[in-house]
Amino acid sequence: MSFFKKKGSCHETATVAASGAKKVALVGNPNVGKSVLFNALTGAYVTVSNYPGTSVEVSRGSAVINGEEFEIIDTPGMYSILPITEEERVAREILLTERPHLVLHVLDARNLERMLPMTLQLIEAELPVVLVVNIMDEAARMGLEIDIPLLSRRLGIPVIGAATAKKIGIPEIKSAIAGSSPGAVPPFTYSRLMEGDIAEICQSLRGEYILSKKAIALLLLQDDTEVAELVRETEGVWFPALQTVVRDKRFERRESFHLDLSMERKAIVKKILDGAFKTPEKRVVTLAERFSRWTVRPATGIPLLLIVLYFGLYQFVGVFGAGTLVDFLEGKGFEEHFNPWITEIVKLNVPWEMIQELLVGEYGIITLGFRYAVGIILPIVATFFLFFSVLEDSGYFPRLALLVDRVFKTMGLTGRAVIPMVLGFGCDTMATMVTRTLETVRERVIATVLLALAIPCSAQLGVIMSLLSQTPGALLAWGVCLALIFLLVGLLAAKVLPGETPMFYMEIPPMRLPQFGNVLTKTYTRMQWYFMEILPLFILASVLLWLGKITHFFEKMIEAMTPVMAALGLPKESAVAFIFGFFRRDYGAAGLYDLQAKGLLNGRQLTVAAVTLTLFIPCVAQFLIMKKERGWKVAIAIGLFVSGFAFGSGWLLNRFLLATQLL
Amino acid sequence: MKLTDKAEEILEALWIESEEKGTGYAELDRMEIDASDPAYQELASQALVEIKGGRIYFRPEGREEGRNTIRRHRLAERLMMDVLNIRGESGDMKACQFEHLLNEGVDAKVCTMLNHPVTCPHGKPIPPGECCEEARKTGDLGVVPLTELKPGDEGDIAYIQTEDSKKMQKLMAMGVLPGNRILLLQAFPSYIFRVAFSEFAIDSAMAREIFVRR
Repeated sequence: MSFFKKKGSCHETATVAASGAKKVALVGNPNVGKSVLFNALTGAYVTVSNYPGTSVEVSRGSAVINGEEFEIIDTPGMYSILPITEEERVAREILLTERPHLVLHVLDARNLERMLPMTLQLIEAELPVVLVVNIMDEAARMGLEIDIPLLSRRLGIPVIGAATAKKIGIPEIKSAIAGSSPGAVPPFTYSRLMEGDIAEICQSLRGEYILSKKAIALLLLQDDTEVAELVRETEGVWFPALQTVVRDKRFERRESFHLDLSMERKAIVKKILDGAFKTPEKRVVTLAERFSRWTVRPATGIPLLLIVLYFGLYQFVGVFGAGTLVDFLEGKGFEEHFNPWITEIVKLNVPWEMIQELLVGEYGIITLGFRYAVGIILPIVATFFLFFSVLEDSGYFPRLALLVDRVFKTMGLTGRAVIPMVLGFGCDTMATMVTRTLETVRERVIATVLLALAIPCSAQLGVIMSLLSQTPGALLAWGVCLALIFLLVGLLAAKVLPGETPMFYMEIPPMRLPQFGNVLTKTYTRMQWYFMEILPLFILASVLLWLGKITHFFEKMIEAMTPVMAALGLPKESAVAFIFGFFRRDYGAAGLYDLQAKGLLNGRQLTVAAVTLTLFIPCVAQFLIMKKERGWKVAIAIGLFVSGFAFGSGWLLNRFLLATQLL
Repeated sequence: MKLTDKAEEILEALWIESEEKGTGYAELDRMEIDASDPAYQELASQALVEIKGGRIYFRPEGREEGRNTIRRHRLAERLMMDVLNIRGESGDMKACQFEHLLNEGVDAKVCTMLNHPVTCPHGKPIPPGECCEEARKTGDLGVVPLTELKPGDEGDIAYIQTEDSKKMQKLMAMGVLPGNRILLLQAFPSYIFRVAFSEFAIDSAMAREIFVRR
């Protein structure tokens, strides 16, 4: 089990620093370039994109600056130190418990006014803050002028102007990290009334906290349950008295405390920015903005989406990746040259037939495991991740999210869920991990079910597309079936699971031309992660299948599944694909590919098998992530539901196709 | 002279029959208030209505009075529903009692507070008063939810009305704060707006809670 657990994160390419190093936390709003800065500082690679909420986990890496080692911590984006969503909670946790040597608050120069309130909160918490005003290059292009030294004087903390994507400002940031940690006294105060309320609570706080008492008092006033819990533990017997004061204050200001506080902070920010932040008279409308409009208007956005899907997914991933590349690598490379050659070598050098079988037999590690992984899965996954990275970097996904929000609402999800769903077409395991960016547990469960059931991953998708495209109508039937099941199960899940669908809101980042280098690195990193996860599984699967074969257990399993296959109208050999499917979804699909190559399936059988296999139980890795994210109970319930549903749908589809003679 | 509540109700019923249905009169025996009621005499003696041949007609002054009465009634309904959140039958009843208080300029105040509504909660038209004309002339559209803006419209955020404090915090953290300038870019399938240099998308439920002064 521990074998899989290690692969839980796509962020673990970053090395964990030795304990004892000084900690530097990167915090800030989503999509301001924290991860880019992290990569620049540590030299490690964390997935970077033009999509708010790309980092759902904390990444740690080490950086050596002036001979001293620092532990750099990259946090998910947060809008305020009062967390609302799960990832904000994760990010805030770092501030509450880790005593960072330095907190780098990264913000977007263009949105200085909007993001500066969080800087105020960090200063007021008496954390050692350095402000990084990032994306200065784009701000300059829009005609914004920012007086960094003035800003620094007014805030009382070091401020660095940067464009991390272009490596501007990195040396300054490094020397700020190496320098002594600044201790700032907040140079601003709230209204007398607000300060009075804060002081009253501060007086009742007796314990020691990492954040200043003022910050703790404000968080208590804002009904922060986590901080309340922390305070309860720290204060012990003094807590009830404190609680009474807080409750009274909250009741007194029940009408509009949050608003009052925000308005006061806004006023402070306005004063700080007066003369330090100049906007141009006339807004510059860029070409990207005009293009952005087309993507979000239904009349142009939907055709555009279809074009993207057709060329990106069908032509590039399906036809080119799963067709041309697979034919070349698998057909020419493995079947014609590599396999016969390696089989010869093994047979000559290894005298034991059993071991020969293990290496180059029907289910051999090399002839099957390695061939699938490199010959079939590699080209498909590579093309998909390339396609996905381009879209992601362009900023298309938030626009897609707002376009589909209404449809997703009927399934108890919001447009936000579009990212895990699309990512699911790449790798359902990754996507299941990303469901944690969704707001409510209900949404996460619905999204997990849909991912496990109706979203085929890229490897599976590629193989199935190239398989079915040879039989006219089969691909269409498969697509329609899955779309219907996706909607139906979504609708049902929304009905069955109690709770309300949350509201949809999302920041829309500007559209950018994807950077070639970034796209490549991202594709490469994703593939690396994917391979680290799958190659061992492929080999393990080969070993298990080999074991099954020599002990004849495997034959018994095929035997046992024969009635099930018969009910689906499939030849008993197709049980092989389903057994493969237990190990990996794509593995199963690739098994289907073999059957097709042998000419064992007709159009109807192919469609039924493809639909059933697509719906069928998630791969081992996805199942383990489901367990990790949702817990055993939910994971097992989903697993059982999905298996039952898959075979049920396969059976129904077979009946339907037999009765109508459509295929 | 102040009319009795019953007389006002007769005027309302007559307005609906005569003006909204366009018949020009109302049948006396179809009125809810019995023909023998002294309220009819009250109206006739003040030269507001004319009763002949079992039918009741408006006189010119009466038509104006009827118009104002129905306006007050429907404004009262709006007030009950929009502001006090009293709905259904109890709302209708309360509105009936309340409408009689809405004279001597109080109606204009209520009408302005409700931002000059044009229909009652049941969808019937509210005859515009002087205050409505004035507002139209000066172009003061008052405070409206974001959903009422057309793409391309701009305004200042007036307030956020939500019972969910988490959502309020989120909106405020995103820069949706009273006093900030907001530009609506698109209204379907989601609302897209710009505050300063950032763009956001929200659904209609959320857009209803952001109030904008144009």
